[in-house]
Amino acid sequence: MSASFKVGQRVLVKEGDPPGHIRTPFFLRGKPGTIETIHGEFRNPEELAYGKDGLPKKPLYLVRFLQKDVWPDYGGAPSDTVCADIYEHWLDAD
Amino acid sequence: MADHHDHDHDDHAPIEEGKAPTEFDLLEQAIRELLIEKEIFSADDLRRQVDKTDSVSPADGAKVVAKAWSDTEFKAQLLSDPKSAIEGLGYDVGPAPNLVVLENTATLHHVVVCTLCSCYPRVLLGPPPDWYKSKQYRGRVVIDPRGVLNEFGTQLSDAVEIKVVDSTADMRYLVLPPRPAGTEGMNEEQLAALVTRDCMVGVTFPDSPVN
Repeated sequence: MSASFKVGQRVLVKEGDPPGHIRTPFFLRGKPGTIETIHGEFRNPEELAYGKDGLPKKPLYLVRFLQKDVWPDYGGAPSDTVCADIYEHWLDAD
Repeated sequence: MADHHDHDHDDHAPIEEGKAPTEFDLLEQAIRELLIEKEIFSADDLRRQVDKTDSVSPADGAKVVAKAWSDTEFKAQLLSDPKSAIEGLGYDVGPAPNLVVLENTATLHHVVVCTLCSCYPRVLLGPPPDWYKSKQYRGRVVIDPRGVLNEFGTQLSDAVEIKVVDSTADMRYLVLPPRPAGTEGMNEEQLAALVTRDCMVGVTFPDSPVN
């Protein structure tokens, strides 16, 4: 499985609250962002946490969000951003 | 006790004489004993790994930063391929998670957090400080980074973009802070003495030689 998204592409983090060892922070679910870096492919931590092999590997991205898109009342500079590492299966094209 | 993986345990907890073990202490003990009994690893392997993990300190990160300030070729390698760069300096990266180095400049300031637990670039900084693991820091730095940096004594103008980096998965982030003014002519050892743990997390700047 190779990376479906390109650097600079707009993405939307999926919503939802499945049980388990989820690495997508709640505060970013449902938020629009931009692919900053393609890190490569890694074993899926949602599977690894339960003693499985975590295969197939999942593409992992650093995704950049404007603070004002995450927190509507953000009081800092409009260019301020927050980034997080998010697996491809948590992202949709925006 | 054993802090041999990358999640949140405090290996500098106060002496616990007379304190009942917590559920997590018992769980850790049970799993450790099972793994040793099944010969997945030995008690000695575990002790060596804990010793190795605990022997890393921010002085290691400081040496890397000082080298990057002094050697542009090394700096380019550190930013593009951090693993090879630090292995080239003799650090044993082993199975540690992937390292990413973020360069802070006059217009872009990175600050690192792990909102989910306490992921930290242990391979170069050792165990994280208590404040890094606190819910206060983890919860607030993503929503009010300027306020939190201010509490660390770090004021940045609105012309500087603050980029909070939340290490939620397989990558560990180390900040390469800007070289302070007035350090021309200093050697790597003198430069490393200015590089504090906190400036490699991005909550402050390196010490200034003027002070």
